[in-house]
Amino acid sequence: MNGDFLAQALVYLAAAVFCVPIAKKIGMSSVLGYLLSGIVIGPYALGFIGQEGQDIMHVAEFGVVMMLFLIGLELEPAAFWQMRRSIVGFGTAQLAGTTLLLLALFMALGWSLTMALAVALALSMSSTAIVLQTLKEKGLSNTIAGKSSFSVLLFQDIAVIPILAILPLLATTAVLPHESGHHSLIDDQPGWIQTILVIGAVGAIYAVGNYAVVPLLRLVAKTGLREMFTASSLLLVVAVAFLMQQVGLSPALGSFVAGMVLASSEFRHELESDIEPFKGLLLGLFFIGVGASINFQLLAEAPSQIAMLVSLIIGIKLLVLLSIGKIFKLKHDQNFLFALGLSQVGEFAFVLFSFSSQLQILDSDWTGKLTAITAISMMTTPVLLLINERFIAPYFGTKEAVEEKAADSIEEHHRVIIAGFGHFGSTIGRLLRANGVEATILDNNSDQVELLRKMGFKVYYGDATRLDLLKAAGAGEATLFIAAIDSPEINKELIHTLTKHFPGLKVLARARNRFDAYELMEMGITNIYRETLYTAVHLAVDALSQLGFRKYSATRQGQKFIQYDERGLTKLASSRHDLSEYIMTARQQIEYQEKLLHDDLMQNFSSEDHSWDGTYVRDNLLQADEQPLTPSDVSARKE
Amino acid sequence: MLNRVLIIFAHPLFEKSRINRELVSQVPSQEGITFHDLYELYPDFNIDVEAEKALLLAHDVIIWNHPFYWYSCPALLKQWIDMVLEVGWAYGPGGTALQDKVVMQVLSTGGPQAAYQHGGHNRFTIREFLAPFEQTVRLCRMHYLPPFVVHGAHRLQPAEIRAQSAEYASLLRTLQEEALDVARLSQYTYLNEWIKETKVL
Repeated sequence: MNGDFLAQALVYLAAAVFCVPIAKKIGMSSVLGYLLSGIVIGPYALGFIGQEGQDIMHVAEFGVVMMLFLIGLELEPAAFWQMRRSIVGFGTAQLAGTTLLLLALFMALGWSLTMALAVALALSMSSTAIVLQTLKEKGLSNTIAGKSSFSVLLFQDIAVIPILAILPLLATTAVLPHESGHHSLIDDQPGWIQTILVIGAVGAIYAVGNYAVVPLLRLVAKTGLREMFTASSLLLVVAVAFLMQQVGLSPALGSFVAGMVLASSEFRHELESDIEPFKGLLLGLFFIGVGASINFQLLAEAPSQIAMLVSLIIGIKLLVLLSIGKIFKLKHDQNFLFALGLSQVGEFAFVLFSFSSQLQILDSDWTGKLTAITAISMMTTPVLLLINERFIAPYFGTKEAVEEKAADSIEEHHRVIIAGFGHFGSTIGRLLRANGVEATILDNNSDQVELLRKMGFKVYYGDATRLDLLKAAGAGEATLFIAAIDSPEINKELIHTLTKHFPGLKVLARARNRFDAYELMEMGITNIYRETLYTAVHLAVDALSQLGFRKYSATRQGQKFIQYDERGLTKLASSRHDLSEYIMTARQQIEYQEKLLHDDLMQNFSSEDHSWDGTYVRDNLLQADEQPLTPSDVSARKE
Repeated sequence: MLNRVLIIFAHPLFEKSRINRELVSQVPSQEGITFHDLYELYPDFNIDVEAEKALLLAHDVIIWNHPFYWYSCPALLKQWIDMVLEVGWAYGPGGTALQDKVVMQVLSTGGPQAAYQHGGHNRFTIREFLAPFEQTVRLCRMHYLPPFVVHGAHRLQPAEIRAQSAEYASLLRTLQEEALDVARLSQYTYLNEWIKETKVL
């Protein structure tokens, strides 16, 4: 058992470690990497794992629960309340529309109503795991498409509960509750008690979260044992999930509520960083499980049928989503992202299929086929998104660019391009504009883009790391390129593209901290602006002044500090090469900071300005008393 | 080339100064002449003292080129003097680093030369106003030459400006090429006169 466990862990981890970086390297999302590694080690390729892929998936579904907990943590109840309309609107439209169309399709195929309805409901689900993970990875969670997708997914999570309740009603044969696999404590209670219990459970999460968990976490935090905190975080999520299962609610939904309750607590970030790696690994495992569970034998037996069904299902889902996007007035690019993102069948479908099969709504042959279809549809999403990113989205971006050029063809390209127009970039843009310098702006937030266009800025919507967009924006002719994207990773990616394709272009780069700065220096960038340097120095200068230092002396110390720090940066950049190859851990960063602080004390960068220092001048001149020095002396010496 | 010339230029609003743009345009970019634009280098007044000292050591003739603000120089040049000419280096015991270098000023003023006379509008001569600079130079064991002055900068016609800047160019050339007889040159009020003479000769 022990050896078996190690062997399995070896297989899974090795597969992930090999496939995911390769997938990322060639520009695919990590989800696709995991799925591919699942196929590679699955029973139909290398055969390291057999049919237990399914079981692994069930364990790993817990990753989804954790993910929703984390999402809840980032969403305070007030923000959630603001989203209610979007959740209900997008959610009902998607679920009803997709289910009805699929139902019609299956009826047309000659299926029974029960089977058609059960399958249609299951297939209308989308994959929270894939969509949210992908959106987050691409930094699109806060776009309109990202938020709309989230609304749909959340509504689906809620909808699972009534669906699970309806399915047994569709069944022709009665099933005993304990065979359903969804046996919960309250099944035997009458309906109204169940309702009360469900409401009670959610209420309990809220009360316990606020009044018990936070004090408990404080207590645990006081022990100073990091692993105890991690254990508490895990315990919290597991307990909520368990409670929810007991009352027949979706564990994911429950943990989402729990996360939201804790969103305003002081432990928010601590919880986030504790759960995050577990979530990541479990989700990875889940995707590997999906990959491994694709039954290629079934595929081989009826390839055309499966292919047809997959494309029909995805087609219908896309159609519904695109129409919803249109109705809710999403912009084209956002709509495509939204629709393609949600076009797959979700992990809940696995649950619903196995449940339906237990209810004998589905025979085992179809269960297998539909499971395979679901898994395959999950495979298509990263590919579809990749196609969207490479071929569809650029079309919108450049089309807008071309239109603008046509409308105003005399206008030359601006000499300055600013990529990223958040708080940082817009400050730069405003100061330049106040001095009559117009800049071309690249940003991938379509709301922002619309506003800026109204204000008369020349804005290109789109991903600034894309070469074609950079060319369209005139990077080839510009004098200055200001890389001011919020995410340091994306900014670095952009700068990499710039240095590779526009070697003559002068780049002024935003960096978050010195570690970013090191990487930029290695790319050959010399104009690096650390967000964390100038503001912090400014604050420190004010602090010194508040403490009674003369403002001018404090300011000069600040100036010198910046100079010293920037020189030190260049010096250290070369010596830190051994660190750059792998990700710096928090501990290493702390050690590094320690070294910096120590050096400051030793090096005494803040040596006095003796120019105005009377004591210093007097001391020096006193030595001259033995040999008085007067101007006549000077001239005498000259002669 | 005999002398390496360092022009320390200080003008807070250079882009708006007709006369100074014209003068600066005459500075040849060639070996032996360094144009050092203080307001461009130290917009935050944070002068790099060590770099400035090294620069001084690498030159023989130093020109302070600035507009004549409030009978003196713009603030950054004063800051430069305060910071760079350190005790024990430029003056005081052991302060011999700059010994025997030659310093002069190139000025532009709004008022005409007639205003800078006893009984004139400004009551003192330019040379009198420049006394602190002259003494600073002497205290640092250097030789002070009379200034090159462009008077009435606001009223000059384009042709006059061109004539002045041509003189400036020839001043730079002469400073670079000739062995400077400090005692003889000190007899001029302005070096403008010297340049006019040498041009005639």
